[in-house]
Amino acid sequence: MTELIKRTAADTAAAIASGEVSAVEVAQAHLDRIDAVDKKVNAFLHVDTEGALSAARAVDEKRAKGEKLGPLAGVPLALKDVFTTKGVPTTCGSKILEGWIPPYDATLTTRLKDAGVVILGKTNMDEFAMGSSTENSAYGPTGNPWDLSRIPGGSGGGSAAALAAYQAPLAIGTDTGGSIRQPGAVTGTVGVKPTYGAVSRYGLIAFSSSLDQGGPCARTVLDTALLHEAIAGYDPLDSTSINAPVPAVVEAAKRGEVRGMRIGVVKEFAGEGYQAGVMQRFNESVELLRELGAEIVEVSCPSFTLALPAYYLIAPSEASSNLARFDAMRYGLRVGDDGTRSAEDVTALTREAGFGAEVKRRIILGTYALSSGYYDAYYGSAQKVRTLISRDFDAAFAGVDVLISPTTPTTAFPIGERADDPMAMYLADLCTIPSNLAGNAAMSLPCGLAPEDNLPVGLQIIAPAMADDRLYRVGGAVEAALNDKWGHPLLEEAPAL
Amino acid sequence: MSVISLVSYEDALASYDPVMGLEVHVELGTKTKMFCGCSTELGAEPNSQTCPTCLGLPGSLPVVNAIGVESAIKIGLALNCEIAEWCRFARKNYFYPDMPKNFQTSQYDEPIAFNGYLDVQLEDGSTFRVEIERAHMEEDTGKSSHIGGATGRIHGASHSLLDYNRAGIPLIEIVTKPIEGAGERAPEVAKAYVAELRELIKALDVSEARMDKGQMRCDVNLSLRPHGREKFGTRSETKNVNSLRSVERAARFEIRRHATVLDEGGTIIQETRHFHEEDGSTTAGRIKDNAEDYRYFPEPDLVPIAPARDWVEELRAGLPELPRVRRARLQGEWGLSDKDMQSVLNAGAVQPILDTIAAGTNAEQARKWWMGEVARNANETGTELSEQPITPAQVARIAALVAEGKLNDKLAKQVIAAVLAGEGEPDAVIEARGLAVVSDDSALGAAVDQAIAENGAIADKIRDGKIAAVGALVGAVMKTTRGQADAAKVKDLILAKLGVEA
Amino acid sequence: MPGITREEVAHLARLSRLELQAEELDHFAEQLDVIIGAVARVSEVAGQDVPPTSHPLPLTNVMRADVVRPSLTPEQALSGAPAVEEQRFRVPQILGEG
Ligand SMILES: [Zn+2]
Repeated sequence: MTELIKRTAADTAAAIASGEVSAVEVAQAHLDRIDAVDKKVNAFLHVDTEGALSAARAVDEKRAKGEKLGPLAGVPLALKDVFTTKGVPTTCGSKILEGWIPPYDATLTTRLKDAGVVILGKTNMDEFAMGSSTENSAYGPTGNPWDLSRIPGGSGGGSAAALAAYQAPLAIGTDTGGSIRQPGAVTGTVGVKPTYGAVSRYGLIAFSSSLDQGGPCARTVLDTALLHEAIAGYDPLDSTSINAPVPAVVEAAKRGEVRGMRIGVVKEFAGEGYQAGVMQRFNESVELLRELGAEIVEVSCPSFTLALPAYYLIAPSEASSNLARFDAMRYGLRVGDDGTRSAEDVTALTREAGFGAEVKRRIILGTYALSSGYYDAYYGSAQKVRTLISRDFDAAFAGVDVLISPTTPTTAFPIGERADDPMAMYLADLCTIPSNLAGNAAMSLPCGLAPEDNLPVGLQIIAPAMADDRLYRVGGAVEAALNDKWGHPLLEEAPAL
Repeated sequence: MSVISLVSYEDALASYDPVMGLEVHVELGTKTKMFCGCSTELGAEPNSQTCPTCLGLPGSLPVVNAIGVESAIKIGLALNCEIAEWCRFARKNYFYPDMPKNFQTSQYDEPIAFNGYLDVQLEDGSTFRVEIERAHMEEDTGKSSHIGGATGRIHGASHSLLDYNRAGIPLIEIVTKPIEGAGERAPEVAKAYVAELRELIKALDVSEARMDKGQMRCDVNLSLRPHGREKFGTRSETKNVNSLRSVERAARFEIRRHATVLDEGGTIIQETRHFHEEDGSTTAGRIKDNAEDYRYFPEPDLVPIAPARDWVEELRAGLPELPRVRRARLQGEWGLSDKDMQSVLNAGAVQPILDTIAAGTNAEQARKWWMGEVARNANETGTELSEQPITPAQVARIAALVAEGKLNDKLAKQVIAAVLAGEGEPDAVIEARGLAVVSDDSALGAAVDQAIAENGAIADKIRDGKIAAVGALVGAVMKTTRGQADAAKVKDLILAKLGVEA
Repeated sequence: MPGITREEVAHLARLSRLELQAEELDHFAEQLDVIIGAVARVSEVAGQDVPPTSHPLPLTNVMRADVVRPSLTPEQALSGAPAVEEQRFRVPQILGEG
């Protein structure tokens, strides 16, 4: 069975389509794997054994009838618990939603089901996607399969860990400030934050509406592209959805060559706070791209230094409003309703009991930033910074096709190290946040292990909005060259669980 | 504060100058809610017209109803507003159980329509211009019923039950600029404004604007300042005043209450107040302290609205005839003086008259009966003209019978009274009461002969050309026929018998 | 740019309906003071003549036709409710009005 779980999604789909293996066998192999390792990893909050097997059976039946299968039919997937799933618990990593069973599917969930993708279950995450370590989950932290005492990144640590632990070949994340890319980087997997508006947010439990973007995660660039194509596209239920064709990402991943491309290295993403081994692998990647025929250009984006402060005003502000609906009236937790307390008191007691510390901190911070008297100085200014950052990107993309940087300044840090030091935690998203603020597309893929700790380092590629295909072109080229150099994918070097 | 201790309205106005602000919420008559596809039909089972979006379920998103925007623009145009080139929705953040997201999706500093005015006509026929600050789009809340307290009131209730069918129904909030200079007529201006706005909304066909069904709700903000002072006083906000009469009464009450407080050297507290239909008073609600902070910010789940100028112009060109214009046209068509038209308006008789004309009567007859017998009944019973238990078709039938000579005016009045009294259709009333005009020529001829014989001197005068004297003979004939004759016909007969050309 | 006091944090917690414990309040006040000190840097641009960006994509006029879509059934709508009575969401007594 080890063999089945180590296959790529593309290979698995082909094997199912050809009849070499059934979708049920594939699903069962992954369910068994989850059973075997998830006590250690804690990647899943809910495993939907019945749902997965019945979806797999449907694919097998379809094949038996001679119907054409989609490119990912029968491939198992780990779904971040931030997307609603009809009839399947959805908690968003929070106590306040414990036991909530949504009466509707997110558009993304529907698309996965329509594609014949087998949803194995819901993955662990920082509560309401607020965090960079998955330690903020109300259901315990997830371990990094490379070293279970270290964080798998966040907020989508469960999805990334599930990939790295071979519990699923595909996973879904959401990226508000780096929650797909940073977990990808620290677990040696691939993750893409598509252009804002590319993947429907309908059914994505909002953290920060103007920054949140669902996206694909996998172990290879091609698998990521296949999943990207399955979930992206216009959705009339999301007013911020892009009504335009999805860029040809699968074709770009297959093509995977960079000859003649101009690639910019952002000079601001370096210096103090960047781990030496991370910079070493990054610099090697730059050289590799040069060798592959790309022209490397240094670019400067001076406003990026204000990205982190702007992000920590905009995201909490929107979150303070988005999370107001968790009031103990219509769904979720209700605490303290003893018949004498008022609705106001019950709401306040429930939110106190149901939200974790980071969520409360951000709600208060956001409430502060939106308060009259502070709005202009904080929220208003943060939105101006957003404009400046977009201008920096525009200027850079006028001269280059993509930008590259390390995905995150350091490799995976130990669980607990930054848990009560919000500012230190926030630094994990230093390189990823500008793309969320500007709404463009970005990928993280493995580019080696840091020599000092033997932990994965991520290379970030950033493309202009609507040019997501460029990520896959560059990512495909880097991946192929590195696998050649190493003789195997990086994940093979991870210790067995 | 008891009503008895209030200073009189006249005394209040002698010392102070009222400044008003009116905020009217209109529920649009769209088929679906403002941000989701749930039906807005009234009378559905509780919570049967809800979806993830209007229940505020985690993950749900809003999408703007195009007709909601179109209606807002139409209202803006009809109110002579500028239409924003670009505007956004904003979130108004506050917790309340009837609001599923705990923020209301509204508009803040970028309303879709702004800087307009509405000319309203007062009872004496003069015009008062009410300046419009803005009209913006937002959504309604759910409905709560309070259980366990007295008569469904919130105070003393043990718990509440929530139905979100109404949550998300489109609302347009129309806000006036401070209305100054109305003086003692402020309450009348308030009522006339809301009445005119209601007519306008109905004419635009964007809402039925039924105040009794909560489709149109008015908040009356009022403050007083001593005569000659420019600075506004502290205002009170009387919420949900839901009939035209109540708007006037609420304004009147608040003027007296404010004056009483100020006269006693007190200060007005900025607070919301509740209006009480029973005695026309208001009582204190929530104090508006500074803790209230709605933390407005642009709604990130919706993109800006930028109404194309050609669309706006198209909507402008398609606006129906507005109430003021229509009234002027009808006045011309009906040939009424300003004073007569104003009486028709004050009596609320425009629509009944139009409906009666549509049922086959001429304008003069329709107006005559509605403004006569029916209006009298409305006055006596203190009810609206439109609520009288007689239909335009019935009035039209009576007018037709008069035109045919089968009823005279006197009889017609009796028929109307009988219909109003619930005695049935006009024809049935005539039948049952035997009210038909005496039209039998021989019987009438005998009555005429008798009258001429008994009034020889008058008959001579008529023969000599004093035709005006014929009235006396007609009266005599009517007396003998107990009124059941057609006066015009009697007159013709008398003149014919006396050989005089009319 | 000034930081934040414990009283302000308490006020903000009330505004956002969080019944914070005393020690939590102390801790948050301290942390938020640091965070606000760090993020306040954005106000460097407050005076600059730069248009604010509220939406990452330059979309406008996204609207839907006024056509009824199926609602949830009342059972589905109420399925997550902590308490139900008469096909309505049952909530504790509500103080005052909104
Ligand atoms: Zn709805």
